[in-house]
Amino acid sequence: MINTNELEKKFGDATAVQSLNLDIKEGEVFGFLGPNGAGKTTTVRMLAGLIAPTKGSAIVNGFKIGLENHKIRSSVGVLTETPGLYDNLSADHNLRIFAELYGVKDIDGQVEKYLKMLDLWGRRFDVVSTFSKGMRQKLAIARAIIHEPRTLFLDEPTAGLDPEAAHILRSFISDLRKGGRTIFLCTHNLDEADRLCDRIGVFKTRLLVIDSPSKLRSSLFGRKIVFHLKKIDEIMISSIRKFDYVTNVNVVENKIVVTLDDPEIRNPELIKSLLDNNAELTFVGELRHSLEDVYLQLVQNAD
Amino acid sequence: MNKIKIIIRKEWAEVFKNKMVIFTVAFLPLIMTALPLIILFSTRDAGIGNTFNSEVSQMVGGGICQEGLNGAECFQAYLVSQFMMLFMLIPLAIPITIAAYSIVGEKNSRSLEPLLATPITTFELLAGKSLSAVIPAVLATYGSFIFFLLGTWLLIPSKGLIFAFIDLRWLIAIFIVGPLIAILAVNLSLMVSSRVNDPRAAEQISMILIVPVLGLFFGQMAGLFILNKELIAIIAILLFVIDALIIFLAIKIFDREAILTKWR
Repeated sequence: MINTNELEKKFGDATAVQSLNLDIKEGEVFGFLGPNGAGKTTTVRMLAGLIAPTKGSAIVNGFKIGLENHKIRSSVGVLTETPGLYDNLSADHNLRIFAELYGVKDIDGQVEKYLKMLDLWGRRFDVVSTFSKGMRQKLAIARAIIHEPRTLFLDEPTAGLDPEAAHILRSFISDLRKGGRTIFLCTHNLDEADRLCDRIGVFKTRLLVIDSPSKLRSSLFGRKIVFHLKKIDEIMISSIRKFDYVTNVNVVENKIVVTLDDPEIRNPELIKSLLDNNAELTFVGELRHSLEDVYLQLVQNAD
Repeated sequence: MNKIKIIIRKEWAEVFKNKMVIFTVAFLPLIMTALPLIILFSTRDAGIGNTFNSEVSQMVGGGICQEGLNGAECFQAYLVSQFMMLFMLIPLAIPITIAAYSIVGEKNSRSLEPLLATPITTFELLAGKSLSAVIPAVLATYGSFIFFLLGTWLLIPSKGLIFAFIDLRWLIAIFIVGPLIAILAVNLSLMVSSRVNDPRAAEQISMILIVPVLGLFFGQMAGLFILNKELIAIIAILLFVIDALIIFLAIKIFDREAILTKWR
């Protein structure tokens, strides 16, 4: 688990991370979203015990950053933004070096387990310089997890990968959470964050918002239900507007878009009201905002 | 200690795949050993065998001519002594090349951050990297010297000459000054490598250390001084102090945060 209290990092006069307060539970997949230069990598480096904060404090896996960095580094795995592999060495050799440094007991078993899981076993003795970008990224993830860390920091794990390689890695990350591991995922890929994360923090030097993807959508845009009708008249619209829980009504061609909080509870009443006013309903559905809409709104407001 | 060994093995596995490093480690000791042996061999009949040792001894000075050497052997010992400083190029050039390719290579491949994310201390990392460059250099220096002694014994009919090269002067130079030069070279190379992105540039800048060594070589050749055991002992003490200072500076430069945020 990760707990930060007013964590701050400055480089000279420039503030990279400001007053960061996080409380990430054990087994949670936390998405850390933000534009380039927002301070995501700096945050990961602080939390992984690599660089010291200027102000504030943090506890990672029960260890205080700054005071117990050695223990933090033993208990976390870090996938850095660039894979940073030893190109002249084989995949097997790359993993063995890190397994030894982390003090892994069953090195043979762990190397075999992760090379097989990531479909690199057949190429284990090939030098890494012959690997594709996807294979390199898979090997870098295997390296980050070879010592079975309790918390895993993943900085842009699928950046620049083709859809198939990205899908394989996402499935792997999804499997990792099943073991109760805490995952701190920095990403630009909003679809990825939406699929994998329990909660998301949108960050630009400071934390703009933190919540589950669905709650972020509804808190920013409300929930919208669209009613497709054969014909619309003013009586039908008024019959919807009269409910005090309806916060907004828009009419677009033969569709009525209604903004409200609890569509699961209120929809039957709205449908009944429309039908009582002779509406011919052809379709009812929820209009979903993408996480991208949420992200853009937050980041643009922060500017 | 175990982590230092892991780093050393990792460095050797990686760096010895580089042709430039192999060339330096293999050929430099070969050349530096062959050169004095060729000189010894070609001067074996120098024609001054009848000259009294005392006269030659007076001529060359520096206590080079030992008891039991005839004039020709004494002259040969003097000639080869001129090349003692060339032997010192072995512990200088090898670590510079290894360290340059090691650090700049890690910088370019961005592999230092994952390494720093492991539970390794800065001291262990620095010691592993330094020793991986110093050990081959020291071994190559010792090996070259032993090979040189063996060559002398095999090529030169007079067996007395070999003892002229197992005197305190040579032993201090090879076994004390050599490693101290290697430590200086590797730390300077580590510091230079942290500031540049091309291993060849790091190598060339670090090779500035060659200037004082060649200065001693040419100074002795020009007859400005003789590298006797006292002067070599002074050089060893000076190097010890400089090494301590440069190790302190290297540890400062190798601050984890500086590597991650400032090394480009």
